[in-house]
Amino acid sequence: MSETPDLECRDICKSFDDFRAVDNVSFAVPQGKFFSILGPSGCGKTTLLRMIAGFQKPTSGDLLIKGRSVVDVPPNKRPVSMVFQHLALFPMMNIGANVGFGLRQRGVNKTDVKKQVERVLERVGLGGVADRAVSSLSGGQKQRVAIARCMVLEPDVLLLDEPLGALDLKLREHMKIELKQLQSEFNTTFVYITHDQSEALVMSDQIAVMNRGVFEQVGTAKELYYEPQTAFVAGFVGEANRFAATVEETGDGTLTLRTDAGRMLTGVAAGQGLARGTAAQVFVRPEAVRLSRAPQDATGNAGEGTVQSVLFNGANSQVLLRDGQSGAEISVALPQTGEFRDLQQGDAVHFCWSPDQTRVYADG
Amino acid sequence: MADRSKLTFYLLLAPLLLWLVTLIILPHVGMFIVSLREKVGVREYETSFANYAVFFNEPLYWNTFARTAYMSVASTVLTLLIGFPIAYYIAKLTRGRSKTTLFLMCLIPFWVSELVRTFGWMILLRETGIFSSLLQYVGLADAPVEMLYNDAAIMVGLVYTSMLFMVVPLVTTLDSLDDSLIEAGYDLGASGIAILREIVIPHAMPGIVSGCIVVFMLSLGNYLTPILLGGKDSLWFTGLIYSQFITRFNWELGSAFGFLLLGLSSLIVFVGLKLTRQSLGKTMAQT
Repeated sequence: MSETPDLECRDICKSFDDFRAVDNVSFAVPQGKFFSILGPSGCGKTTLLRMIAGFQKPTSGDLLIKGRSVVDVPPNKRPVSMVFQHLALFPMMNIGANVGFGLRQRGVNKTDVKKQVERVLERVGLGGVADRAVSSLSGGQKQRVAIARCMVLEPDVLLLDEPLGALDLKLREHMKIELKQLQSEFNTTFVYITHDQSEALVMSDQIAVMNRGVFEQVGTAKELYYEPQTAFVAGFVGEANRFAATVEETGDGTLTLRTDAGRMLTGVAAGQGLARGTAAQVFVRPEAVRLSRAPQDATGNAGEGTVQSVLFNGANSQVLLRDGQSGAEISVALPQTGEFRDLQQGDAVHFCWSPDQTRVYADG
Repeated sequence: MADRSKLTFYLLLAPLLLWLVTLIILPHVGMFIVSLREKVGVREYETSFANYAVFFNEPLYWNTFARTAYMSVASTVLTLLIGFPIAYYIAKLTRGRSKTTLFLMCLIPFWVSELVRTFGWMILLRETGIFSSLLQYVGLADAPVEMLYNDAAIMVGLVYTSMLFMVVPLVTTLDSLDDSLIEAGYDLGASGIAILREIVIPHAMPGIVSGCIVVFMLSLGNYLTPILLGGKDSLWFTGLIYSQFITRFNWELGSAFGFLLLGLSSLIVFVGLKLTRQSLGKTMAQT
């Protein structure tokens, strides 16, 4: 027996005049999962979230929560809660009143409200702050109050609209882990939207990559990273070197291509429509490229280049190489084994990467 | 260096001080001294509270005084009740051009002098006026209807005159209310009324209070509107002050009335601030 998903969207569309913000999006989120919608700004993810919350009405399509259509249910009657981008804590109330707001609207009596507020605040690690003003909290604490304010209502689905965007980097890293912990503790379905891929990759069970109103791919973080299905996903999730090329020869699964700059490459077809002579885009991750001082076995895609610059950033350091043959620029993750610690601008190095990690998509 | 910046500070302060001292403080001190003089003979005066005693011993005076106070409070409340939805609409439900247009439409009546505006109301409300003719034309009245010279006409005039001074501070405070707070309220299950009561009004409180203070002061000190629309029976306290100064040449009693009016307005504003738990500094700084 398959369980009813907590949230299901069926062919949701939303148009503003001529502009189609959300185009035929369908997905289902099972109970207790952390689902992220990842996309650049303006891709329609906020519109989608606002439709789920009820602030906007879909032009067409259906929205089901626990199997029940909620398209005609106003936002104050939907069993979903939302954590806003800037949290939207009520500055005119203290923390306890903020968290208890939803319960009071339901007509829960005062002593029960007080009890439940205290309990949920303790669960988010903020016991005993109910009488303090919102402004007395730090950014991360406000975040937890905003979540507590929603969770006290025990919603079927919690929506989060880039809530980490306003925090500084250190705190954001910390809150990522904390959010994930809170989610598994409350065992509530989270729908999280963000433009920050690392937030989505770290926290999510399932990620949908959205672009121009459509879902490009839905999958786990690993699937998106290792097997992107479209050129957009390959370019958006993780870093990638991108080459424009033409298909020269097709074999069983492998392709031989010539880049526009003139280098021959072999790779695997990751998309459809890659016949001989078609224009294609080739993606290679910087961390898939192996560096060496001496020439390597010429299996796969190999060559020699000079170091253009070393972008040192601790564990995420990168080297920019200029390919000696084609003159193309290739970005390579700097191995942190110590071997290349003294790598300098102008050094000659050999590089190679395997055809398996050379993903080819039809251009267009 | 420090002397130089001090000099700049005092130079910048000078116009304000000049204004305060010559136009507010000096006349009031003078008026207070005049109000304490009792005329005992030709050009003979004694210092006493006799003028204030006259006020309390004459029911017409303090009845007028009380009437002016509650009519002003009523017009303030009415202006707030009408102004709030207008301000909410302008601040929250319109964007860009239509917002500017609506705001301007509130402002336009103030390009005309108050006298002309009040005459406008007289043209509408008088016996041979537009409303009266219209009622007869439709058949709801069979004789000319006089709508001027009653309390309702005064109220209409006062509300109309002070509407802008209520709408402007309200629009400013409501503009600063983040839309996501209202959405968060809905999202957490609140009804429209609950959001108005728990989120919108608490946020707009400084604007409400400062708008009310300004409108109340304007109504209380208004002379033209009550006299023109209320006629001879308007019984507005400023009318009494006017007649003491100009008609009866009794500057002593007029000054005393002036001071009583000042005391009354200060008292009511103070009580209003206490009731709404706002401070004058806070409300004025926020709007």
